[in-house]
Amino acid sequence: MENLTFETHFQDKIDQEIKIEPRDWMPEAYRKTNIRQISQHAHSEIVGMLPEGNWISRAPSLKRKAILLAKVQDEAGHGLYLYAAAETLGLSREQMIEDLHSGRAKYSSIFNYPTLTWADMGAIGWLVDGAAIMNQVMLTRTSYGPYARAMVRICKEESFHQRQGFEILLVLSKGSEAQKAMCQDAINRWWWPALMMFGPRDTESTNSDMSMKWKIKRKSNDELRQQFVDMIAQQVTLLGMTLPDTELRWNEQRGHYDFGQINWEEFWQVVKGNGPCNKERLAARKKAWDEGRWVREAATAYAAKQKQKQKAA
Amino acid sequence: MQLIRKFYYGDIPEETGGAAKPASTSSSSDWPLWEVFIRSKQGLEHKHVGSLHAADANMAIENARDVYTRRSEGISIWVVESKHIKTSNPEASAELYEPAQDKIYRHPTFYDLPDEIKHM
Repeated sequence: MENLTFETHFQDKIDQEIKIEPRDWMPEAYRKTNIRQISQHAHSEIVGMLPEGNWISRAPSLKRKAILLAKVQDEAGHGLYLYAAAETLGLSREQMIEDLHSGRAKYSSIFNYPTLTWADMGAIGWLVDGAAIMNQVMLTRTSYGPYARAMVRICKEESFHQRQGFEILLVLSKGSEAQKAMCQDAINRWWWPALMMFGPRDTESTNSDMSMKWKIKRKSNDELRQQFVDMIAQQVTLLGMTLPDTELRWNEQRGHYDFGQINWEEFWQVVKGNGPCNKERLAARKKAWDEGRWVREAATAYAAKQKQKQKAA
Repeated sequence: MQLIRKFYYGDIPEETGGAAKPASTSSSSDWPLWEVFIRSKQGLEHKHVGSLHAADANMAIENARDVYTRRSEGISIWVVESKHIKTSNPEASAELYEPAQDKIYRHPTFYDLPDEIKHM
């Protein structure tokens, strides 16, 4: 009975667009959903550094190298904002990292695809960050305060990521035949995985959808995906390139682009750990964590020693 | 309470995702958590921007510089260990803040003055 009153009060706040803050009462499922979603989002930022990190040492110019470094550094920062937001819900940083390493916690499947050519840096910025931004702009209005604040910060920084990606492709699209082919090839490989980033199709059971009721999310997967397709279908023409979908065409009646079937079998396979790079990504994270252990321990020991000294003085 | 059945971007289900068993909670060796406050320019107050982990205050300031001022957002940083911050109880907000609500005479608009009066 008591819970019912708390729950009503909680929903009232949500309905009135009052943000929920860490010490406010919240339903356990709201806490859990936020923990899962925010920590997955954080892991995605951290694992997301790996495919691009692959190209830092091979960027075609010093300018491109500096830009890529700055972008990857931003992603580390975004991971930290999000880990901090998830920690306000009572999960320790160490636990989150353990969950990532054990495979219990997930991250966006897109980062389990390999980055084969320089053009992939462009396609990732344009398509992958572009898809992420659609979602993140929506999340600046999410009901949990710390998550919303982290998203505002992230969105401010993210728009350069997408623009630099498009610019990489734009330069290639005006280059030699080989560069043009490389540009088109990267778009072909990243298009479908980028569409999968929005998650499974909306089912009919929308009334059981607590994420919407609690305003953690404000748009469905399919709404966001359609918005993304409409945007990209226009932008790709500026590159003089095409999207690898023969069914893609403007639908006058709907006022949207129609597009082909997504390979959901592939999506679930990658989620389950059978994507091209799942093992490699996790192994790289674990290696970084294990090899950094002595640094973490040394810093702790140094801090303790300094404290001791201060006391003695 | 109905569980969430529909999964959104960045929200991949654990049960169908081939997830392993929950990791056992180990004793935490996390560095302490710090709250970060940044003064964006001379003349403005320090404002809370977020938190981070660091072994000590110096490292907290260095990390805060890297995490929160990559685009010249600040010229001064304060850090304080989160455990030293005491907060008011949100459930006590009625007792704490309601008494101010009926004291509308504390606001300048409470006083009805002739329109002709200037500089007030």
